[in-house]
Amino acid sequence: MLLQIHEPGETPEPHALERGLAVGIDLGTTNSVVAIIHSHEDRAEVLRDQCGDGLIPSVVAYVGDEPVVGRAALAMQIEQHGRVVSSVKRLMGRGIGDVKMLGGSLPYELADDSAGGMVRLKIDDRAVSPVEVSADILRALKARAETKLDQPVDRAVITVPAYFDDAARIATKDAAALAGLEVLRLVNEPTAAALAYGLDTAAEGLYAIYDLGGGTFDISLLRLEKGVFRVLATGGDAALGGDDFDHALAEWVIADQKLGKLTPVGARALLIAARHAKEALTAQDSVWLDCDVDGHVLHVNVMRDVFDQLVDGLIARTLRACRQVLIDARVEAADVQGVVLVGGSTRVPAVRHRVSKFFGREPLADIDPDEVVAIGAAQQAKALTQGSDTLLLDVTPLSLGIETMGGIVEKVIERNTPIPVTKGQEFTTYQDGQSGMLIHVLQGERETVDACRSLGRFELKGIPPMVAGSARILVKFAVDADGLVTVSAEERLTGAKAEIEIKPSYGLTEDEMAGMLRDSLTHAREDMERRLLIEARVEAERVLLALSAALKADGKLLDAAEKAAIDGAIAQVRQAMSSEDRDRISATVDILEQATHGFAQKRMDRAIAQALTGHSLDEVEKSMATDEPNDRAVADATSAAGRK
Amino acid sequence: MMIGGEHKAIPRAALAECWSCKGPVSVQAIFCHTCGAAQPPRQIDHFARLGFEPGFDLDIDLLEKRYLGFQRSVHPDRFANKSARDRAMAEQQSVSLNEAFETLNDPLRRASYLLQLKGQTASVAKDQTVDDPALLMEAMEAREALAEAESVEAIEKLAIKAGADAINLLSEISKAFAADDLAAANRLTTRLKYLRKFLEETRARRVALESF
Repeated sequence: MLLQIHEPGETPEPHALERGLAVGIDLGTTNSVVAIIHSHEDRAEVLRDQCGDGLIPSVVAYVGDEPVVGRAALAMQIEQHGRVVSSVKRLMGRGIGDVKMLGGSLPYELADDSAGGMVRLKIDDRAVSPVEVSADILRALKARAETKLDQPVDRAVITVPAYFDDAARIATKDAAALAGLEVLRLVNEPTAAALAYGLDTAAEGLYAIYDLGGGTFDISLLRLEKGVFRVLATGGDAALGGDDFDHALAEWVIADQKLGKLTPVGARALLIAARHAKEALTAQDSVWLDCDVDGHVLHVNVMRDVFDQLVDGLIARTLRACRQVLIDARVEAADVQGVVLVGGSTRVPAVRHRVSKFFGREPLADIDPDEVVAIGAAQQAKALTQGSDTLLLDVTPLSLGIETMGGIVEKVIERNTPIPVTKGQEFTTYQDGQSGMLIHVLQGERETVDACRSLGRFELKGIPPMVAGSARILVKFAVDADGLVTVSAEERLTGAKAEIEIKPSYGLTEDEMAGMLRDSLTHAREDMERRLLIEARVEAERVLLALSAALKADGKLLDAAEKAAIDGAIAQVRQAMSSEDRDRISATVDILEQATHGFAQKRMDRAIAQALTGHSLDEVEKSMATDEPNDRAVADATSAAGRK
Repeated sequence: MMIGGEHKAIPRAALAECWSCKGPVSVQAIFCHTCGAAQPPRQIDHFARLGFEPGFDLDIDLLEKRYLGFQRSVHPDRFANKSARDRAMAEQQSVSLNEAFETLNDPLRRASYLLQLKGQTASVAKDQTVDDPALLMEAMEAREALAEAESVEAIEKLAIKAGADAINLLSEISKAFAADDLAAANRLTTRLKYLRKFLEETRARRVALESF
């Protein structure tokens, strides 16, 4: 009989059938894309509408009872200007100070309560947060996937700009939760693109991914070899993209036509006209910009040379970021074997020209730059749910630190550190008898607090009275594989602890989130119960598998009565597992663990006795060493031994 | 913990209990040999974690190969479908591997870490005043030369010299560790740290001069 051998982690989930499908989603500033890899297939399929269009414009119109998403919303932009929201990604996790003005006006109307927290948009008489708008876009993507696949879809890999900070990442995860999607992983957009490109072309070596989207810019350097995609360095600008090109052109028109201050409607109309002109300039040297702005009927000639000059400074900013990642990765431009272009804005001829000049080679755009990210996300969704031979190793894009005396940021984790990572640093008190310490967590590269983004503050209390400088406070930062940050602090002499999952200053509060979950028509509570039940079953399954492996190896240590007691407890667990009762499953697992306590003791005692008598330490070690990593046969045999 | 004579003290420390099947596992094991569960990273040094004896000279290709091999089996991506505890164990292993690799892959950090393992409080680890007048003088002169350099070429020249010096230092550090001359290794490592800093400054200056 053939034994099935799995890599650890590759074992199919025992309850896989209970779950919906998992997709890859590129939630873009301008357009969004959803893709999937069907089981037993290698190639990703972009899920398209009846017209064969894979892109869903990231535009939401709030007219009538249900939000309208995509092309239909785009068509309403001018008539229903106050109710149509676009480019909301730029506002994810952002405060009011981050929003860009045009002609003295915002292209959005902001709600009055925006001050302090994340901005909110004013739609008629209600305030809508960017998280809710993103959730509506995600719902539309989920609906498209479910219609196309005729099956429920409830899990997704969602891509985010590599340069997104913690606040924006959490906002994205919150949006997915509102839309009824479990996020399997947040993957950085350039990394997803590299995955799609590398798997498609079997490329090896050092690659640069230049990703200029509608609202964000990322540059990542990756080493591709033998199925490992390792990010060496990443950089960028979370507020630089095609929208800024439109802005630059619109500002030029305002100055050229002496338009003065615009209304929000006028600003919106002009931006739309600027975008059309920009797109037309990709194929033509000269175009006409036609637009009605607050009563002025414009008919303006735009030459490509003029446009190139307008965006020159913006492109230079991307190239400075490219230079920095080369330095961070300690490589030269000449070492880069290929430059992959991602994002719609890389269609602008000036961008292509400057990028190829900078790297000294023609860039690659083999896969549609609008779809490559979603394809990579779909590949990662498959890897996470069905196992994979490839491995993605990413880094944290921004340094993390805490505020110290004088408003200076002390970095604890440097940018471009491979994730997951945990790092601690000791701090001390500066006053005699200081009983608490306020810990202010910051993300960014600058030295001073006001130049970095604040992720949150928390307080460590209960430090016993000591002279200044003698407390030993360990602040620990953890960044997980999604790039999300957790910070904890502990006074080491007394063990006083404080821990927070970072809730960014611009994020939603727990209450707001709970309220939205209630409002959104997803059955959040039932979903949660279901998830907990599945977790309990997976845990019970784990205990049974581990025990059966142990019994197979060392069962002879037990006498008949002991064996019978354990078998009885196992039967109880199995029975409980077939029920829907989560508490019963957990209780029977606890009983089983108690019943096997003596067995574990015997195994441990024997191992020690063996180590002490006759067998040398080396022999014991050898019989246990399971992990010479490059000897796959050994590793596989080991895991197989545990699963027979 | 001591059991019997001192020669028998080791085995207890080299054994740990698997959290999943409760059986004995080696402290170095990433997976339990009985049930296959990922183990939490235990207190072993970075060299042992990646299967090396402590030492400055390291086969970097092998280091990378082992690191990637281990990551392949414990990266959180491999455990997305596992129970919360399995996921936590694997994530901690992945974290420890990253830390070990980051430390050993960089000669400067490797040297500092090795000094620390050997009980030397490396002057590199803290911002202590450096007790090496020759080095201070050299560092000052180099800074002055950099401040005076006006062109990309002039900066490049300084960077090339510093780069060559750094490479020479590596072989000197290697010799010092081989001869177990920790005082010398410590002094040379401090020197390397200064050179690194200087090289960073040359890069920053170069970027500032470049235009796009």
